Amino acid sequence: MTATSTSTSQPRTSTDIAVIGWAQAAIERRTDQNETQMLMSAITDALTPLGLTRADVDFTCLGSCDYITGQAFSFVANLDAIGAWPPKRDSHVEMDGAWALYEAWLRLHEGDIEIAVVTGSGRSSTGDPSLIYPMEMDPYVLAPLGADLVTFAALQARAVIAAGLADERAMAEVSIRSRGKGTVDELLAGEYVREPLRRHDLPPITDGAVAMVLATGDRARQLVERPAYITGFDHRTECHNPALRRLDDSPSTRIAAREAGLDDRGVEVAELQASFTHEELLLRHVLDLGDDVSVNPSGGALRANPIMATGLARIGYAADHVFAGGTRALGHATSGPCLQQNLICVLEGRS
Amino acid sequence: MIPCAVVGVGQTHHKSRRRDVSFGGLVREAVFRALDDARMTMADIDAVVLGKAPDLFEGVMKPELYLSDALGAVGKPMFRVHTAGSVGGTTGLVAASHVRAGKHRTVLAVAFEKQSEGNAQFALGSGRGASLGAGGSFAPFVRAYIHRSGAPEHIGWTVAVKDRLNALKNPYAHLRIEDISIEKVRDSPMMWDPIRYLESCPSSDGACAVVITDEEGARAAAADNRPPAWILGMSSRSEAGGFPGRDPVRPRACLQCADDVYQEAGITNPREQIDVAELYVPFSWHEPIWLEAHALADEGEGWQLVDKGDTEIGGRLPINPSGGVLSTNPIGASGLLRFAEAANQVRGGAGEHQVDGAKVALGMAYGAQSQYFSMWIVANSLQPFH
Repeated sequence: MTATSTSTSQPRTSTDIAVIGWAQAAIERRTDQNETQMLMSAITDALTPLGLTRADVDFTCLGSCDYITGQAFSFVANLDAIGAWPPKRDSHVEMDGAWALYEAWLRLHEGDIEIAVVTGSGRSSTGDPSLIYPMEMDPYVLAPLGADLVTFAALQARAVIAAGLADERAMAEVSIRSRGKGTVDELLAGEYVREPLRRHDLPPITDGAVAMVLATGDRARQLVERPAYITGFDHRTECHNPALRRLDDSPSTRIAAREAGLDDRGVEVAELQASFTHEELLLRHVLDLGDDVSVNPSGGALRANPIMATGLARIGYAADHVFAGGTRALGHATSGPCLQQNLICVLEGRS
Repeated sequence: MIPCAVVGVGQTHHKSRRRDVSFGGLVREAVFRALDDARMTMADIDAVVLGKAPDLFEGVMKPELYLSDALGAVGKPMFRVHTAGSVGGTTGLVAASHVRAGKHRTVLAVAFEKQSEGNAQFALGSGRGASLGAGGSFAPFVRAYIHRSGAPEHIGWTVAVKDRLNALKNPYAHLRIEDISIEKVRDSPMMWDPIRYLESCPSSDGACAVVITDEEGARAAAADNRPPAWILGMSSRSEAGGFPGRDPVRPRACLQCADDVYQEAGITNPREQIDVAELYVPFSWHEPIWLEAHALADEGEGWQLVDKGDTEIGGRLPINPSGGVLSTNPIGASGLLRFAEAANQVRGGAGEHQVDGAKVALGMAYGAQSQYFSMWIVANSLQPFH
């Protein structure tokens, strides 16, 4: 991959934009709520503690995926959850809510509005991931293979192990730290799902929704004591076909991290959307996170994996660190096979 | 906010079936035309924004992942928008927002649909069968408009003929009906009463691409005798779907969205200050409906503009000189085509369907049950009213 980067690393406009609150709904193996109901709860729970209502929200951007929902135009019903009456300035991305956050961040930089709500939502329990994920592959060359997400992840895990960045023991340790379950020996006694991945290396299937509230400058400071300012934000994609990539590296993460300013200043907490254990080890390496960085204190995607909201939840947990008095944290989100596309959001508190 | 402008526009030749190209081939055709138009290469692009309607149309989930190579997005930000039928327009807005925010200098907006790969009517019904199709959904809105305005039935035929005649001047248009006539439209089969076959949009394979850059880039293009289309106003608005009191003939989201862009662009009298509009008209009656919902005609009187020929090329307010959605409809791209055609008009680059002296243009797209609206105002200068 050619690491071309011609953009400015940070906006030339100077608006302060901060995460001021967030909430989750469902986050369970199977919910009886539909996506709109989950979002209704998440948005209300994110706004209410701030003393805000839907009427205060100037812009909404939702992230979801028709194929996860199993229905074309599935996001249209979610207009009820944002309370789009009177009509809202609004948008929708067929991406994780972390990218909805990116769009809202751009939109707030335009300077004419103050408060945005972004969401990510999905009900994975209603479908079969092994049937759904092959459909995001190259329709001519890769989708016909029918290989699922776990198969491609296993290919990457082999590459990461071969490069000396992980071994099955270290992967089991990631799982134990994320889920708080089992011992290394117990986990390694399990059978492979796709060698070298065992069940504990795989994410759970989770239904859920995440809503996040953003505010600009003075408004953010009025609403909360300690806003989590977005001080670096970037995302990059790579070539699609995993066979044409170096799977023991993540160049798109490297570029995004550099553009988000991580080279200059470290973080205390890193919330990584590592759905598979080896992905955490690879991302730690690529991001050069030392032992002093707390990685996925939330338990990460291995503990709860509400597809289309998993990445936004990472940024939410990173914001929690700042809300609690921390100085700097990062949230990471990913999409596509073998970490094809990666996003880095850096959040900071100010004294 | 950083001022921005369109400096490159490209589209494919649209057809029912583009069997000669893959998805990647289709989008590249539009992208290379846009880059050539902007005198740029993919190396000049800082970020790519892709829009298309539901992935169920083609059966490829999140196709931007696979298309990242074809679009030259490797190593760059690649963004995917989906806001139902308005998505092409919103793709242009999100790309412009990348520049306005000051985060990216030059952004490529791409939208496509390859409808021949699947069954759009099936997907429009959420893949659950028994779909009304878009015509079935909109027919009640059209009936309501006719009932309220008292418009005579030939208005729908008139729009259908006008847009198909315009399409004959657009080398990229899908439908080329040389012998189009009022009689031919009138005698075509009734599809969804009162919408006849020839009052309906086609189903197309096609793509559109637009290059948007900052003030410095736009001024450089202008200095090189390639006029930019300055983006003076933009907005997207959505409203909830089904509840008593919602008016899909004059959707409040549409009225507010138009207000947003007029206000931002400094337009106080849209009928006088807008020279040409590309409105999303998938069924002929939506031309008078949207004329009224954009304050381009008084309520109940939009059909009179049609009747007088005001919306023809050479009329007082030409609508869809490109032939519009009625002539070309790769759904996900149809909105960006409106935005792109509006830009070409103020750049003086619309070829045979150019509106003489067009300085200010409106591009508009809408989606779902007339719930999602996106619009932009483009002009040949940053201050066209001074």
